[in-house]
Amino acid sequence: MRMNTVNDATNNANSEDHRTEQSQWTLFYRKNGRALNAFLALVLVWVFFAVNNPTLFLNPLYYNAFLFSVPATIFLTTSLVFVIVSGELDLAFPSVVGAAGGVFMYSVVLGVPVIPAFLLTMGFGALIGLGIGLIVVYGRISSLVATLGLNFFILGIVNLLAQGRTISAPEAMNSFGYTLFVGKWHLFDTTLRVPNHFIWSLVWVAFCYVLFKYHRFGNRVQLVGDNTDSAREMGINIERIRVSVFIVSGVAAAITGALLVQMANMVWFPTSGKAYLLIALAALFVGGTPTWGGVGTIFGAFFGAMTVTLIPSGAVGAGFAGYWTDFIFGLVIILTMIAHRFSGARVR
Amino acid sequence: MSAASEPVVELRNIVKRFGSVEALSGVTMTVRHGEVLGLLGDNGAGKSTLIKTLAGVHDPDEGEIIVKGEIRKPWTPAAARDAGIETVFQDRALAPQHSIVTNIFMGREITNSLGLLRVQMQIDEANRLMREIGFTSKVFNPESTVGTLSGGERQGVAIARALYNQADVIVLDEPTTALSLTETQKVFRFVEAVKSSGRTVVFIGHNIHHVWDIADRFFVIDRGTEAFEGAKSSFTGADHLIEMMHQLAETGSADTSSLLEPA
Repeated sequence: MRMNTVNDATNNANSEDHRTEQSQWTLFYRKNGRALNAFLALVLVWVFFAVNNPTLFLNPLYYNAFLFSVPATIFLTTSLVFVIVSGELDLAFPSVVGAAGGVFMYSVVLGVPVIPAFLLTMGFGALIGLGIGLIVVYGRISSLVATLGLNFFILGIVNLLAQGRTISAPEAMNSFGYTLFVGKWHLFDTTLRVPNHFIWSLVWVAFCYVLFKYHRFGNRVQLVGDNTDSAREMGINIERIRVSVFIVSGVAAAITGALLVQMANMVWFPTSGKAYLLIALAALFVGGTPTWGGVGTIFGAFFGAMTVTLIPSGAVGAGFAGYWTDFIFGLVIILTMIAHRFSGARVR
Repeated sequence: MSAASEPVVELRNIVKRFGSVEALSGVTMTVRHGEVLGLLGDNGAGKSTLIKTLAGVHDPDEGEIIVKGEIRKPWTPAAARDAGIETVFQDRALAPQHSIVTNIFMGREITNSLGLLRVQMQIDEANRLMREIGFTSKVFNPESTVGTLSGGERQGVAIARALYNQADVIVLDEPTTALSLTETQKVFRFVEAVKSSGRTVVFIGHNIHHVWDIADRFFVIDRGTEAFEGAKSSFTGADHLIEMMHQLAETGSADTSSLLEPA
């Protein structure tokens, strides 16, 4: 008898379900809306510039500088997705870029060939990321404050060690490793010269995409950021995940540091990472990763990095005086933030 | 004795102290195979300490925990899980911005040797688990976001997740609190499905009517000890149980002589 009552009530409950089935398109947009918005923002910014100066923006030659400079932002922004999605913040990566550049440079000066020096630098990045992660997680300091302080601290140590000097090793430009990392080649018979580090940045994006979306690690980063208590209750090692995201960020910063040295014809500036702090964070948020953690998009970050790199030079190319740049930059950030609202507010 | 009355979990003389406070002072409770045991008690009666002990969150100071005839020691959340006891806590431990399938496999992802997720295998398994407890609808599938589900449906996700670990005993901590009547009915349907799959359910509730509707047997705890227990057939109805609970609250003991002989 009782079973019947329960079943009757449940059947009623089901027939009273007023929610409608969602179309494939709605579901696709729900899942990928933020990356699509970031892509749309990039296209719109490009179209806006291109209509103002079509000859320049349709000339492949124009994109040589773009392809040369965008990889640094791509490496930094895509790795920050892991940090922000896990619910942390990393403001220390600019100092790691500078320090890693120094490690790379000194290794080369001391006679280490470019490729091993590069790998050594990546190892250094992982180690310093581990250190930052341990301080944040086991020091129980807010990552905003801890990494803000560490950024000054690490940069300070680098400056003290370098004593304000820049270091160069131009002879390394003849090596195979140098060509492998930053050599350029013509795309077909066009005037467009593709730098190898742009290709490496695409490899990194693919790696991050798989790690974030299809690997247990990325899955757990998202779960920790979504609901830390739930993740802990289900047996996920929260501390390990939180430390690991700083290692990802450290490795990406180290790669960036070693690349910047090579891009500058084997010259190291201790402060080379400083300029990327706000650029990379802006790219991340334009790219559609929300500030609250739990969800994010690697492809969105990739498009965001392209957008923020395009704006300063693109604005000038489109005929705006240089002092318009900040205004356009701000406008794009705010408009994309509003667009991202449409692809879904936070669900709790 | 039928299989349905064999004990799966026995708590014997469980004592749990927090500093000078004795939260449980010698509780003996038996959970029998295939039943829905309703656990009742006032706030502060020791209900939640008892549940956390069952889940392995608390290791008792005294007493024994026997699962399938074996004394289990040490008693930790992992040990409880290994013994086949899955607890769905009140907060349900869900990640609302993620899909049903991601939530079901939270912390226990199906991966290959490189740690890459076996996406289709997880979706198929999630579908199977959801069907097993009758948790299906046109408006959602395993890839739907948990945050878009109703309260009762979220409870369903948590129950499906508990089933994934081949649990024999599912402990539901106040699963119908703050749910509407419709949503409560949904949860009841999940519980019935879990029971008919041959598993055992411990159902903790505040609302005596909810527990009455779903449970086969009742265990009432008061001030850290067992007040009384009885099969559903030993009560004349929900009012009888409520009357005894009132008596317990007012006088500190309930008159168990009014209980009927179990059928």
